[in-house]
Amino acid sequence: MKNEQMTIIGAGAVVGIIASLLVYFGNPANMGFCIACFLRDTAGGLGLHAAKVVQYIRPEISGLILGAFVAALVHKEFAPRGGSAPFTRFVLGFFAMVGCLMFLGCPFRMLLRIAGGDLNALVGLVGFVGGIVAGIFFLNRGYSLKRTYKLTPVEGGLMPALAVVLLVLVTLGPAFIRFSAAGPGSKHAAVAISLLAGLAVGALAQRTRFCMIAGIRDFVLFKETKMLWGFGSLVVAALLCNMLLGAVTGSAFIKLGFAGQPIAHNDALWNVLGLFLAGFACVLLGGCPMRQLVLAGEGNSDSALTILGLIVGAAFCHNFGLASSAAGPTLNGQIAVVLGIAVVTAIAWFNTKR
Amino acid sequence: MEIIDARGLSCPEPVILTRQAMASKAEAYKVMVDNNTSKENVTRYAEHQGYKVSVEEKDGEYTLSLTR
Repeated sequence: MKNEQMTIIGAGAVVGIIASLLVYFGNPANMGFCIACFLRDTAGGLGLHAAKVVQYIRPEISGLILGAFVAALVHKEFAPRGGSAPFTRFVLGFFAMVGCLMFLGCPFRMLLRIAGGDLNALVGLVGFVGGIVAGIFFLNRGYSLKRTYKLTPVEGGLMPALAVVLLVLVTLGPAFIRFSAAGPGSKHAAVAISLLAGLAVGALAQRTRFCMIAGIRDFVLFKETKMLWGFGSLVVAALLCNMLLGAVTGSAFIKLGFAGQPIAHNDALWNVLGLFLAGFACVLLGGCPMRQLVLAGEGNSDSALTILGLIVGAAFCHNFGLASSAAGPTLNGQIAVVLGIAVVTAIAWFNTKR
Repeated sequence: MEIIDARGLSCPEPVILTRQAMASKAEAYKVMVDNNTSKENVTRYAEHQGYKVSVEEKDGEYTLSLTR
C-alpha cells in the first residue's frame, strides 16, 4: 500500500503543476482547472446562456473525458453501465453547480485558489467539509441510489463521442459557437495545450481514482488517508510552481489574502454555504465534478447525465442571475442555494432506508 | 459464510456494507463487486482490519474472499 501512496502523491504533484502552468499559458488566474467554471464556459460557448464574459468551449473538458476514456480502454476498465437513479443524479448535478457558482469554483479550483493564496477558499473548505459530513450522515444510515446495470458500448461511448464533437466545434469555430471577447471566457491557453493538459489529467485521474470528495469522505468514514496525500501534494506542487512562475516571469501568480482575489468574492457565509451545497450533493453523487467526467469517460452513463445536470445548472445560474461575481453573491443565488440545500437534503432523506 | 453483494453499487457503499457486516466479527466474508475501484477500496479496508484478501474474477465481476 506504500506504493499506492507514492503514486497518488506523484499524481497530485503532476496535476498541480499542470494546473499552475495552464494559468501561465493563458487560463484565468487560479483557474488552471475548474470543472464548474469550464462546464459553465462550455454552456456559454454553445449559447445555452447569454453571459458574454463566460463563453468558451473549454478543451480541458473534452481532454479529461477522452484521457479517462483511453486510459480505461487500455486497462480494460471501460465498462458501460448506468441506471442508478439517473434523473436524481441530474438534479444533484444541477444543484452542485448552483453551489459551485455561489463560491465561484468547483472543489478542484478550491484547491487551486488555496495554492494561489486566496484565503476565501480556506473558508469555503470549511463548508465543503461540512457538506461531506452531512452526506456521510446519510451514507452511514443506508443512503443509496441503488445499483447500476451493464449497458451497451454505444451508450458508454456517447459521451466520449460528444467530447470529440466539442473539440471539432471549438477548433472550427462555426458562427453559432460563441467566444467571449472579454472576461474569464476570453482567457485561455491554446486549444492544443488545453487539450493535452486535459488528456494527461484525465488519464492520471482515471488510473488513481483521484477525486476531491473521496479524500475527505474516506478519511472521515474509514480513517483512510491515501487520497488526502494526493490533495496535499496537489496544493503544494501548484503553490511551488506558482512561486517559481512568479519569480521567473516577474508577474504575480500568488496573492495572499481575502480581498481582491481573482474571480472570487469574500462573502464568508455564502462561500461556506455554496461549497456546503456542492460537497453535500457531490457526496450523494459519489464523486466530485472532475470524477464525474472521468467516470463518464469510463462509460458510466449516470455520470454523463450528471454532467448534463451540471451544464443545465450552469445555464440556469447565468440566465437567472444566480452566479456570484467578484462583487459578491446575488439575492437570487442565495435563494437558489438555500433551495438547493433543501432539495438535496430531501433527496438524501428519501433515499435512505429507515 | 456471510456474503455481501455490492455489485452495481458505487463507492463508498461497498466499503460501508463490508464494515457493517464486519460488526458480526466473523472469521470470513465474501464480498461481490463489479468494478476495479470497489475491489481496491474493499481490499484496502479489509487489510486494514486484519483480513487476508483473495480475489476471483469472472466476467468483469469480482468475488473477494476475506479471511482472518
